[in-house]
Amino acid sequence: MQRYIVGRLLLMIPTLFGVAVLTFVVMRLVPGDIVALRYAGTGASVPQEIIDQERRALGLDKGIPEQFADWMAGIARLDMGTSLWTGRPVVEEVSLRLELSVELAIIATLLAIALAVPLGVIAAVKQDTWIDYVIRVFSIGGLAMPSFWIGILMILVLLTTFGWAPPLTFTSLLEDPFANLSQLIWPALAVGYRYSAVAMRMTRSSVLEVMREDYIRTARAKGARERLVVVRHALRNSLLPVVTVISLEFAFLIGGLVVTEQVFNLNGIGKLLVDAVAHRDYTLVQAIVLLLAFVFVLVNFLVDMLYVFLDPRIRYS
Amino acid sequence: MAVAIALALIVSACQQQPRTGTATSAPTGTGGEQPKSGGTLVFIVSSEPPSFDAHRETTYALLHPTSPHYSLLYKFDPAGITKNPKIVPDVAADMPQVSADKLTWTIKLRTNVKFHDGSQMTSADVLATYNKIIFPEEAKGVLSPRKGVYAAVESIAAPDPNTVVFKLKYPSGSFQSGLASPWNWIYSAAKLKEDPRWYEKNVMGTGPFTRIEYVKGSHWSGRKNPDYFVQGRPYLDAYRAVFIADANAQKNAIQSGQAQIEFRGFTPQQRDDLSRAMGTNLAVQENSWVCVNYITFNTTKKPFDDVRVRRALTLAIDRWSGGQALSQITIVKDVGGLSRPGSTYAMPPAELQKIAGFGRDAKTAQDQAKALLAQAGVPNLTFAFHNRSVTTPYEPVAVFAINEWKKIGVNATHQVKETSAYIADLRNKNFDVGLDFNCDYLDEPDLQLSKFYSASGLGRGLNLAHYDDKKLDDMITAQSRETDVEKRKKLVWDIEKYAMDEMAYQVPVLWWYRIIPHSTKVRGWEIGSNHYTNQDLASVWLAN
Repeated sequence: MQRYIVGRLLLMIPTLFGVAVLTFVVMRLVPGDIVALRYAGTGASVPQEIIDQERRALGLDKGIPEQFADWMAGIARLDMGTSLWTGRPVVEEVSLRLELSVELAIIATLLAIALAVPLGVIAAVKQDTWIDYVIRVFSIGGLAMPSFWIGILMILVLLTTFGWAPPLTFTSLLEDPFANLSQLIWPALAVGYRYSAVAMRMTRSSVLEVMREDYIRTARAKGARERLVVVRHALRNSLLPVVTVISLEFAFLIGGLVVTEQVFNLNGIGKLLVDAVAHRDYTLVQAIVLLLAFVFVLVNFLVDMLYVFLDPRIRYS
Repeated sequence: MAVAIALALIVSACQQQPRTGTATSAPTGTGGEQPKSGGTLVFIVSSEPPSFDAHRETTYALLHPTSPHYSLLYKFDPAGITKNPKIVPDVAADMPQVSADKLTWTIKLRTNVKFHDGSQMTSADVLATYNKIIFPEEAKGVLSPRKGVYAAVESIAAPDPNTVVFKLKYPSGSFQSGLASPWNWIYSAAKLKEDPRWYEKNVMGTGPFTRIEYVKGSHWSGRKNPDYFVQGRPYLDAYRAVFIADANAQKNAIQSGQAQIEFRGFTPQQRDDLSRAMGTNLAVQENSWVCVNYITFNTTKKPFDDVRVRRALTLAIDRWSGGQALSQITIVKDVGGLSRPGSTYAMPPAELQKIAGFGRDAKTAQDQAKALLAQAGVPNLTFAFHNRSVTTPYEPVAVFAINEWKKIGVNATHQVKETSAYIADLRNKNFDVGLDFNCDYLDEPDLQLSKFYSASGLGRGLNLAHYDDKKLDDMITAQSRETDVEKRKKLVWDIEKYAMDEMAYQVPVLWWYRIIPHSTKVRGWEIGSNHYTNQDLASVWLAN
């Protein structure tokens, strides 16, 4: 087991290196120039000599291999570089937004689990009854409606009904939990609903499958109460695919809520990434993509480890 | 549980928060009202500044949140800026004394100006500031994109702590207004000596507000400077600039009262939505804008190297009906030449209408356009119209132009690219015809004409039509050196006739129109013709 874990951890290095190379190359293939954008994108009249001078200052006049070598050397020293747009360390830019993105992902995940697991189980147990139909309609609604659209509707309802909208700026949970939740609960609800719909459907189908297994029939034949059969025998065994879905969605939420972040004016990683791409801020894009890739790889690894806990039959060697 | 939390939050959020600050007696403000001190102004900024150094940046996203920390040598008087923009002293004690040959400008400074660190501002600071702008230490990485505006300056001196003297190489028609540039914040000589790039990452001025904090991606805030050199100002206790990129989120912020104003401009639709939702709690200020879209022809590419083709394409556009229609849906309105319509140097309408594409008779113009295309051998011209992926106002303006060209048998396809790629293509001559744009802080021909200089000369990187024209260069230089306004006007109009009509290199479509809907609580701020000036907030106050 230990050997397997070490192997998986080591495998992360070539995976992340591949992501790094791909991101670096793709960003250079996209037409556009951060300096021209910075000085000419606002309609100002800026002479070419200024553009050339700034390109030199940012090291953009160097060859692509040299730029890549510089970047890799920085990573080896755990220095992700500075943002080409703001001149601030990339780590500072990212860490500032990470708290909000992680917290939003956690709240949305908790909401999604709180909705998806019980409703998914109930739908499976009450299969083809009106209860099942209502839950399925609810979950299909979540899949059909984009979360940003639900967010827009939420804000409109809040504005027109109460003349209120969620706070515009982020307050840390530790600093002021109320202000923090006032801002984040709404996007978490919007995102969590869609998220729960995915997990709910997975829970329902997984529980339905398990409920047809021989050991469930055996448990019932032994006279176990239905609640015990469902919770102890069916649910635990049906959780593997549910956990996988929930985990991957969680990883996606860290950087994938671009539009929702815009709708609620959230200062998150998704918005930062889009701005960085628009600005052609190579160092920042590279760092964020690398971070998101790391989150995905790590979550995958943790999920695999969780399988062992959920299903003792699983052994890694 | 989640719903319960949500409801609880709604209910508590609905409680009104009291505004801090007290009303005190103060000098009379705009409209004869007595300004009140106190309160925090919250305003929206739709993007963020790259660095904090106004001398090197070109975006309003720096000026809006940060101008309140700084002063200028001269500034535009906030009172009456809409109708009659007037230059007044800021840290200068008076208007400049100009020698008879107009080559020596002597400026006396106020003696009561202090930086936020408590140090006294003297002529050494003004000298260091203007040296950085006009003669930047490029070897040390100091950039000054607007140094060309001050090409007339030969030297700057500080003969005593309260006097600055500018020596010019030749008389300049735009020098005085250049001293009121909103980008020319007065910096501390000591800080610049410590590091000429210190101000890129730090803030320390003499303005009405000191800095509280900047949270990237979130907000920028400042508090009242108790040592501000104008007694009784500023009125506000504090301000908070909130960064909101999404147009709907901006509108929602104003509607919910979380923000009171956005200083760049809203669309007509946003204005109307807010007006419906807020009724009498909303005030709307509107003005023409020193921003314009140009149709720019790639003159290095056939058939756009042929003036007949360029003239045909500008003749086809009925700007007068376009202005009326487009002003309903986007931020363009007025028809004008190379100077903003109605401004000092704007060509009189009767003269303007003689220029190709600016006449009132659209049918005749279109017939002339068809004839020109036939003469040039391209009666069914097809090309890609290069545009940026920004809706307001670029997309509607481009769609309008394409539709007008269709009327003369020209088939233009709308090629929309993301801003960075769009700029790269324009600069690299990788386009047929493009929709270019220009925004300035002032109606000043030197600014508006800078992109008409030859592409291989002073217009390098600015002239996206990529032509070289010595005659036009000489004409632009001549108007720049003319200090008599009436004579200069005629020189500017000659340039317009030549560049827009005779050669049709790059032609304006419509001038922009600025719309600022804001809470009626915001007082002491008047809309100007641009989104760069009048942002120090010294005279802004909040009504109860």
